[in-house]
Amino acid sequence: MSLLAIIGEALRALRLNRLRTGLTMLGMIIGVAAVVLMLAIGQGAQTMVNQAISSMGSNLLIVVPGATSSGALRSGSGAVQTLTMSDAQAIASLPSVKATAPLITGTAQLNYGANNWSTVVTGVTPDYFEVREWAAESGALFTEADVRSATRIAMLGQLTAKNLFGDEDPTGKMVRIKNSPFLIAGVLAVKGQSLDGRDQDDAVFIPITTGQRQIFGNQFPGTIRFLMAQAESAEMMEEAEAEMNQLLRQRHRVAEGMENDFTVRNMAALTAVATGAAKVMSIMLGAIASVSLLVGGIGIMNIMLVSVTERTREIGIRMAIGANRRAILMQFLLEALVICILGGLAGIAIGIGGAWAVSEAVGMVVVITFGTVVLAFAFASGVGIFFGFYPARKAAALKPVEALRYE
Amino acid sequence: MTPLQNTASGEPLIKVESLCKIYSLDSGAAGNGNGNGNGTVNSQVLFDVSLSIHRGEFVAIMGHSGSGKSTLMNILGCLDTPTSGHYWLDGNDIASLSDDELARVRNRNIGFVFQGFNLLKRMTALDNVATPLLYAGVNRSDSRKRAQALLHQTGLGKFAAYQPNQLSGGQQQRVAISRALVNNPQLILADEPTGNLDTQTSREIMEIFQQLNREHGITIVLVTHEDDIAACTRRLIRLQDGRVVHDAEVPA
Ligand SMILES: Nc1ncnc2c1ncn2[C@@H]1O[C@H](COP(=O)(O)OP(=O)(O)O)[C@@H](O)[C@H]1O
Ligand SMILES: [Mg+2]
Repeated sequence: MSLLAIIGEALRALRLNRLRTGLTMLGMIIGVAAVVLMLAIGQGAQTMVNQAISSMGSNLLIVVPGATSSGALRSGSGAVQTLTMSDAQAIASLPSVKATAPLITGTAQLNYGANNWSTVVTGVTPDYFEVREWAAESGALFTEADVRSATRIAMLGQLTAKNLFGDEDPTGKMVRIKNSPFLIAGVLAVKGQSLDGRDQDDAVFIPITTGQRQIFGNQFPGTIRFLMAQAESAEMMEEAEAEMNQLLRQRHRVAEGMENDFTVRNMAALTAVATGAAKVMSIMLGAIASVSLLVGGIGIMNIMLVSVTERTREIGIRMAIGANRRAILMQFLLEALVICILGGLAGIAIGIGGAWAVSEAVGMVVVITFGTVVLAFAFASGVGIFFGFYPARKAAALKPVEALRYE
Repeated sequence: MTPLQNTASGEPLIKVESLCKIYSLDSGAAGNGNGNGNGTVNSQVLFDVSLSIHRGEFVAIMGHSGSGKSTLMNILGCLDTPTSGHYWLDGNDIASLSDDELARVRNRNIGFVFQGFNLLKRMTALDNVATPLLYAGVNRSDSRKRAQALLHQTGLGKFAAYQPNQLSGGQQQRVAISRALVNNPQLILADEPTGNLDTQTSREIMEIFQQLNREHGITIVLVTHEDDIAACTRRLIRLQDGRVVHDAEVPA
């Protein structure tokens, strides 16, 4: 008997029991949809983390004031003012360090015409954009000269630019920050979300000196909020960390055996943790969803076993008119497989729809790859073959005379 | 490729020798057999049955209920295996055939007709008749054509699209006969084919069998309770408690 004819017989049998076929398929649909949805969410989270990490800039170390273990760190922004501009310059001259970017931050209100927008104002040097690997999308970055002369000049993040200017090009326009007029030098490229979930495009950057003198006037002159340092290479991260610790202890005159009054954070270690966590979450979501697929598979086995028992006489008749064991096996196996494949396809469609709904409803990033779809489909077929095989073999192993006598 | 090699026509089509069939039952189940003390009871249904049937014969098997007629027919139809003894079909030792080869023999060489018709439910008469052809590897359209021709031959041409539950007993048995004939078998085995039918319908069914035997030379072995059905055949074998007690020509 040709495979096509057997598929025909299997489809006919499934059509005869529409309700049962539908309900069995439902188990499969839910299982596959859950797997697709969970993988989409998991991979979305991974993508988000990876984007945040790559948006950070590479080989990054961050130095913040205050000891790691003391309460000082907790006291938040600017409470401890132990880092200075000259610390940053000293670190920049270390052999393992390529560049440093000292920065100060605060929030301020921006006005352009009738529009106003409250956002984070960050005072930086041009090195900041190098360390963050952040280019200007329009206009040009402000320069070292602007920093030296504390010019009132600003770079806008994409979101800030959009909120203040709409479709207008802000470059060359004047904006008021805390009521002081600033010339907009340009708009930065899109950066996206940071690891802690902030929108990095909601920002405005001004020369650090301008910030110190004119915007955040209450700060000690020359102190900075924290600094970023870029190591020469990924291999030199740890060396840079050690050198920076040593240099800053020296500069801050931290006595032997005393705790640092600053903390150096190696971002490579942090990103490894974040990537790992996202991966684990992705795997766990997939594993949880697979359980429903397993339950769907058991449902199929259950129904197929009932079906084999119910149709024992039919099997006997088919054997009496010439069906061999393979034909019987294939018929029942294909019935299970058809349920799984149709259920799997519907499940994939519903999973994709669900993922889209989730991303629309809660703004979560979801990612559906070709691999996910192939995996879900393969899983569904695998479940069909695995759970359909036992009932099918049971049917095929019946003795013709006994099957015929079955009431 | 047929598992049955056609041997010299002098050979009988069916030859059985010292056929025995013993059923093993769990103890507790009633039976007139001998306990073997192992928790099972053996009950012997066929004792040393030997007989030969030649091509073109038309044989009736009679006997009381429980005398082993169906058991013998199932063995002849390769649906069951004897506990001991030999069975040659067209000169081929059935015991030496694999499961697949037996399926092929049932498909190509034998047509089985049952008392209860045994049609596939919720399938049209046409599809019922065509199914053995599908198992023989014939494509769907050719098999439907052939099935239609056979339904026509048994007088059911107009009922091709009917399902078994829409047909009378006699019509269902005609469908079953068409199905048995669809692969041109040499042998038709019919276990009480008229058992569920009224006298008039039985006579019509018997006419079909007689015609198949007379005009197409098909060998027919038929089990019956009724003397007038047996009278339509040309040889009568009587079974009693699993033994052949009578084997003679039916006087014309
Ligand atoms: N599968 C079986 N297991 C046990 N005993 C059986 C089985 N099939 C038939 N028998 C017994 O074998 C005897 C002969 O049965 P059967 O061949 O059907 O008789 P008949 O067709 O002549 O009425 C009966 O006593 C019956 O109970
Ligand atoms: Mg019987």
